[in-house]
Amino acid sequence: MFSFCTDPATLSDLPWMACYLTTGKHLNFYAAFGTVLLLLAITAPAALAFGFAGAAAARSRFAPLSLLGKTYIAIVRGVPDIAFFLFFVIALDQGIEYLKHQWVCPDWDQPIRQGNDFIVCQAAKVPLGNAAQWVHKTYSFFVAAFTFAIVFGAFAANVLYGAMRAVPRAQLETAEAYGMTHRQTFWRITVPQMWVYALPGLSNLWMVLIKSTPLLFLLGVEDIVYWARELGGSKTPRFTDYPHGDWRMWYFLVLLVFYLAFTRVSEVVLDRIMARLTLGQATTGGDAQRRVQA
Amino acid sequence: MSCVQTIMDYGLRSLGVGERLLPRSDFTLCQQFTLIGSGLIWNVYFGVIALAAGFFLATALALGKGARPALIRKPSEWFIFVFRGSPLFIQFFFAYFLFLSLKSVHPVFDPFSSAWAGALVVLFFNTAAYSAEIFHGALKSIPRGDVEAADAYGMAGWPRFRRIIWPTMLRLAWPGYTNEAIFLFHATTLVFFSGFPAQGQKGDALYYARYFADQTFNPFISYPILAFYFILLTLAIIGLFGLVNRRLNRHLPPEQRRKIRLRPNLIR
Repeated sequence: MFSFCTDPATLSDLPWMACYLTTGKHLNFYAAFGTVLLLLAITAPAALAFGFAGAAAARSRFAPLSLLGKTYIAIVRGVPDIAFFLFFVIALDQGIEYLKHQWVCPDWDQPIRQGNDFIVCQAAKVPLGNAAQWVHKTYSFFVAAFTFAIVFGAFAANVLYGAMRAVPRAQLETAEAYGMTHRQTFWRITVPQMWVYALPGLSNLWMVLIKSTPLLFLLGVEDIVYWARELGGSKTPRFTDYPHGDWRMWYFLVLLVFYLAFTRVSEVVLDRIMARLTLGQATTGGDAQRRVQA
Repeated sequence: MSCVQTIMDYGLRSLGVGERLLPRSDFTLCQQFTLIGSGLIWNVYFGVIALAAGFFLATALALGKGARPALIRKPSEWFIFVFRGSPLFIQFFFAYFLFLSLKSVHPVFDPFSSAWAGALVVLFFNTAAYSAEIFHGALKSIPRGDVEAADAYGMAGWPRFRRIIWPTMLRLAWPGYTNEAIFLFHATTLVFFSGFPAQGQKGDALYYARYFADQTFNPFISYPILAFYFILLTLAIIGLFGLVNRRLNRHLPPEQRRKIRLRPNLIR
């Protein structure tokens, strides 16, 4: 990175550290923090969308749809999430390959499950065996993001379902008295008012989502945990210009501080949003705000 | 090989008793049920001990957070914040490598670099922090009348705490604490995925479930078995904590009793 980094062995402590922390691998490590933020940026809205769809389905008057929504909410709870993550990634991967296999190789006569192996024709591999490295990486990232969205969608669905039911009954009755249809009542009365009831649950969920991002590591994405293990391990002079002992403890300390700072900032921001949303609402929070102003 | 034979061979495999080699091919359902069930011993071990020990630390931390002197309050608040604000996964990694480095300082730290002690310490601190937050919330919502009645009877200090404040705190916190217990047991599945090595393939339930899924490329059998075991475990916890809940609420009329409700899942 810097011009004086050509021969690290001769450097004193401070420049050595500056060179060490700007090696190509370290830049990858810093980029991995971006991966985490990107995952959050994709997953949070996607999970909210899944959650909204699930909650709306669970409330539906059409029995099969309501059953589907309730099953979705129920299935993801009760099982350790990490097991669900491990399960879902393989299941999704194989599901996609199976469907593509049916599509591109219709005259394949061997069974797909041969004993312990899952075999589809070469053309049905996702991504293709000869695809570039970045395609594989992007694909596994999106599978992971999708898994997160499904799992957190179920939690969000549960929160939103409760929030929709918490909207005061009188509001809905008024809407009915004005002759609004079921659909109109839902979109014009229930949805705008449910957020204040949903926010405590959703902010809790956001915290949980932040804290679950290290699971990316288990899904085979090269995330911050991967790089912290990789970079922290002791290095001998044979293989690197920057030999050092086992520094993994310090790398994980950095991750710990990163997450603590992140949750702390989120806490402050979410408190502000909550204060804004409760403004003028007929809840105890709203009453408390009025009392302070008076 | 009959199923009874399999259970004899692998029933205590997670503790290192019985057959040394794991099954390599032609996995039967019986083998999967037995090995994953055997791994569950570790989940129960971590969960029960961390919960039992964490309960007392949590009570102390909750009181500390509610205390007036900053010298007591601040450390409790920081402890709770550090363990609730960061992922358990990262805590495991950090603790493992911390114990590894401490090992060279003093042999006292030797056992902590293996899961049975090291991961237990992390889970103990973690559940203490989460429970402390629940207890602290309950402590703040103890009805003022209860405390005033105690004052009127001339109770103060330790007797007041032991006979009025503590039982009421537990009664109010119990539904939340039940959920905490359930998710602590779920969290125990993270242990062998976060640095702590499973020496001699002695792992927990998820470790074996993943072993089978990796060997067969088929997640549709071993993970549902794992889920089945965990649902049983969850039901057992709910039953046990429900009994305690009944005892804590026994002086109240039925409609005022606090019911235990399952809350949505939480990852640490």
